[in-house]
Amino acid sequence: MALIKTILVPLKRVVDANVRVRVKPDGSGMALEGVKMSINPFDEIALEEALRIRERGEAEEIVVASIGGQVCTQQLRGGLAMGADRAILVETGQDLEPLTVARTLLALVQREESQLVIMGKQAIDGDNNQTGQMLAALWGRPQATFASHLRFKGSAATAMREVDAGLEVIEVDLPAVVTTDLRLNEPRYTKLPDILKAKKKPLETVTLSDLDVEPETQFRVLGIEPPAQRPRGVRVSSVEELVQALREKELI
Amino acid sequence: MARVLIVAEHDGRTLNASTAKCVSCARTFETSAIDIAVLAGDGAAVAAQAAALAGVTGVIQVDHPANESALAAVAAPQISELAGGYTHVFGPSTTFGKDLMPRVAALLGVGQLSDIMSAEGAWRFRRPFYAGNAILTVEAPQDRPVVATVRTASYQAAEPMGDAPISERAVDAELPSHTRFVEIRSDSGGGRPDLQTASRVVSGGRGVGSKENFAIIYRLADALGAAVGASRAAVDSGFVGNDMQVGQTGKIIAPQLYIAVGISGAIQHLTGIKDAGVIVAINTDAEAPLFEVADIGLVADLFTAVPELTEALGS
Ligand SMILES: Cc1cc2nc3c(=O)[nH]c(=O)nc-3n(C[C@H](O)[C@H](O)[C@H](O)COP(=O)(O)OP(=O)(O)OC[C@H]3O[C@@H](n4cnc5c(N)ncnc54)[C@H](O)[C@@H]3O)c2cc1C
Ligand SMILES: Nc1ncnc2c1ncn2[C@@H]1O[C@H](COP(=O)(O)O)[C@@H](O)[C@H]1O
Repeated sequence: MALIKTILVPLKRVVDANVRVRVKPDGSGMALEGVKMSINPFDEIALEEALRIRERGEAEEIVVASIGGQVCTQQLRGGLAMGADRAILVETGQDLEPLTVARTLLALVQREESQLVIMGKQAIDGDNNQTGQMLAALWGRPQATFASHLRFKGSAATAMREVDAGLEVIEVDLPAVVTTDLRLNEPRYTKLPDILKAKKKPLETVTLSDLDVEPETQFRVLGIEPPAQRPRGVRVSSVEELVQALREKELI
Repeated sequence: MARVLIVAEHDGRTLNASTAKCVSCARTFETSAIDIAVLAGDGAAVAAQAAALAGVTGVIQVDHPANESALAAVAAPQISELAGGYTHVFGPSTTFGKDLMPRVAALLGVGQLSDIMSAEGAWRFRRPFYAGNAILTVEAPQDRPVVATVRTASYQAAEPMGDAPISERAVDAELPSHTRFVEIRSDSGGGRPDLQTASRVVSGGRGVGSKENFAIIYRLADALGAAVGASRAAVDSGFVGNDMQVGQTGKIIAPQLYIAVGISGAIQHLTGIKDAGVIVAINTDAEAPLFEVADIGLVADLFTAVPELTEALGS
């Protein structure tokens, strides 16, 4: 028996990191029509880590889950192609706040009897960086956030965390929530045969009410604007001119 | 009226400047209290520094052996207990605050706001999202506490000129033992100024080419008395440690002078330097996006330009 039965890896569908998104001219939201969508990069790292844990024989099964519209099945299929065993879509047309996402993930953790959740530290659309911490709190379990290294010993995990002061090492008892930082690993590429195989893997759809989750919206959005632009700068053609320009601004 | 509790960030001896920036945020709207909670093994020194910040009305010192190192799982139940009687609970949007505050919010059964960049009154806030490509204005309900992190680059630190009372509190919350601190490793240092508070920063990117070549960046930084930062590509390539990364997923900084050397200017990097006073870019590629935001741009090879600049500053 492996140490961990089921690892849950949430995958959020987000605008691809290489797309430069802009606010719609009327300020009603972001211009997202026809824009490339991907698995949140941190979640892809989370899935890669889960796959490596399973490949080391420390886990039996990996379940990927996404909360959103039917379109999220694209990202779930992507996760299955990478190597997850099965997928769950929690279908909703609403844009949920992190606390509701965390409540939904807790319901999935309990339903799947998962001992480990590995997830992104932050979704690159909302930039909230909250959901993992909230899930850990609601679950009453440890959190190892911003992880750049993860190993298991007995029923505990040792995580290296990227913090402002450097690298922090903590030890957490399982079950636990881990959130990923960019340097945890480099996700593998999926091969064509894996994409075909993924089509046969199970993908289940449930609703929030199946999970007894009541969505709650706390913050009212009053407006969205583009950020302030910096005034156009000058070009200098030599180090001498650069020094001169810095002197004029009294910076040196 | 709003009553704000701020969670102090510190290393056991010194209060982090991020705390004074949270105080400054709270001072931009009407409040009847701005209190600071200091959780520590022995918080006397830190509490004294917190009590000195202008605008602070009180400091709550919670000494406990479990607070020797800052663990979110241990701190969150204590903060949520202290939160009673406050309308707002703030922490900095540093890795400390980002780790802790969502856990506090969830224990209180409320949502959390990340990265407040300005407040329009006590219940209306602006924050960046989409890597700073958009600014959101949101309103928080008044019937429950506003738990939030404050974007430190958006505020100046409150001055140490006050003298607030310090009270000691014991917390009844049950503290978990499922999370244990092992150690902290720091690989930057070198006696240079702290990246997050420095008034001058010199950063190197992939263009610097190697760990050895980064010496060029250190020499320029030393000539300027600047802190050293880096792009993610430079960190990934092993030129420098992760604590030097500037950007969306690294540190958000606001120095008076930022010099970017051999950095292309990806949106994820730019979001970390938007609030810098003057941005200087040195890059061989005249089309590099960094030039779009730079106040002073120099198209040049860094291997000749940077030593030349260092020398010019020395004389
Ligand atoms: C989810 C996510 C989060 C991210 N978060 C961050 C973040 O927080 N911070 C961050 O920085 N990046 C982040 N990135 C990465 C970012 O997208 C870029 O890949 C990265 O910033 C590029 O670093 P760079 O400019 O050093 O490298 P490059 O883009 O490779 O640019 C190197 C530059 O050096 C110049 N150059 C080369 N040789 C010389 C020379 N001799 N003299 C002068 N110039 C020279 C080149 O012209 C080029 O412009 C993130 C990416 C993702 C997907
Ligand atoms: N709608 C969602 N579906 C699946 N996972 C999500 C969703 N929203 C957030 N997450 C997970 O929570 C992490 C942190 O998100 P956030 O707190 O919103 O920055 C993401 O990296 C995902 O792993």
